[in-house]
Amino acid sequence: MGDGAGETLIDEHVLEFPGGYKRSVGPVVGRFLTGLRDQQLVGVRTPAGRVLVPPAEYDPETSAAVGERPEDFVPVGPEGVVTTWAWVREPRPKHPLDRPFAWALIRLDGADTGMLHALDAGTEDAVHTGMRVRPRWRAERVGHITDIECFEPA
Amino acid sequence: MSGRAIEDLNEDGPVTKMHAPIRLEYRIGAGTAQSRFLRGVAEGKLLGQKCPVCSKVYMPPRGSCPIHGVPTEEEVELPDRGTVTTFCVVNIPFSDLAPEVPYVCAQVLLDGADTALFGLIAGMPAREVRMGLRVRAEWAPREEWTYNLGNIKWWEPTGEPDADYDAYKDYI
Repeated sequence: MGDGAGETLIDEHVLEFPGGYKRSVGPVVGRFLTGLRDQQLVGVRTPAGRVLVPPAEYDPETSAAVGERPEDFVPVGPEGVVTTWAWVREPRPKHPLDRPFAWALIRLDGADTGMLHALDAGTEDAVHTGMRVRPRWRAERVGHITDIECFEPA
Repeated sequence: MSGRAIEDLNEDGPVTKMHAPIRLEYRIGAGTAQSRFLRGVAEGKLLGQKCPVCSKVYMPPRGSCPIHGVPTEEEVELPDRGTVTTFCVVNIPFSDLAPEVPYVCAQVLLDGADTALFGLIAGMPAREVRMGLRVRAEWAPREEWTYNLGNIKWWEPTGEPDADYDAYKDYI
């Protein structure tokens, strides 16, 4: 904390729970994360036939529970299409990539919803809505969204 | 990435858990009133502020009286001793940064103040801490002082008789 006399004191604070915390993910998201670990993309089908990726436990339109039967889970992707995106010129320390990238909503083949992930496209000019992308998988996967390192142009 | 050191959570079975690390880095401006307070603390002084309408002395000061909505510009230096109005014995260790359990968190009403300060009580067994206990500040060595109430390491019993309940009942 510095002191320019007469001015408001400014301090740098860090709020952190030591070690972080663990949470349960539930059976539906758990199925999705288990798929990621196996290098598979899985969505869930609502009673109306829409496929949600990432899966949700309830149909956002009717609130009906989804994913209660094994056959409700369907494979999707691995490629998809960018439906909207935002370019990040200066990645922050915790961002998934250390070079400029896009946050993109990606509708995987066979899905009806967009999934947020990082898109490693090199330059902003290389990104456009409607472009085809594919996941870049990590070699070591643990059942977490970061098992996909990012997406890249297909 | 930070979410990755979690293989032990799920091993080879279905994924049922995830790690959710949370870290927030931010800059905070203390504001005029607290900056004055913290500059005092950096010199070993406890500066409250008095409401010009009701004469309540706010410690630490927030720059205005929440009852009357007026600025509290008159500064009042308070002694580094007071009365425990209420307290909590902590028996659950939750952080390497916290003291060894059991330890005692307390509200300390400085003599002459109308609001209580948060502090740790030490220098006595936790089970003997009580409402009305008279305490004084144990300051860190002067060369360690900074713009932080952490300059007061904890509060210790003065040995005076406990304060009468009536003396602090309006401050609980």
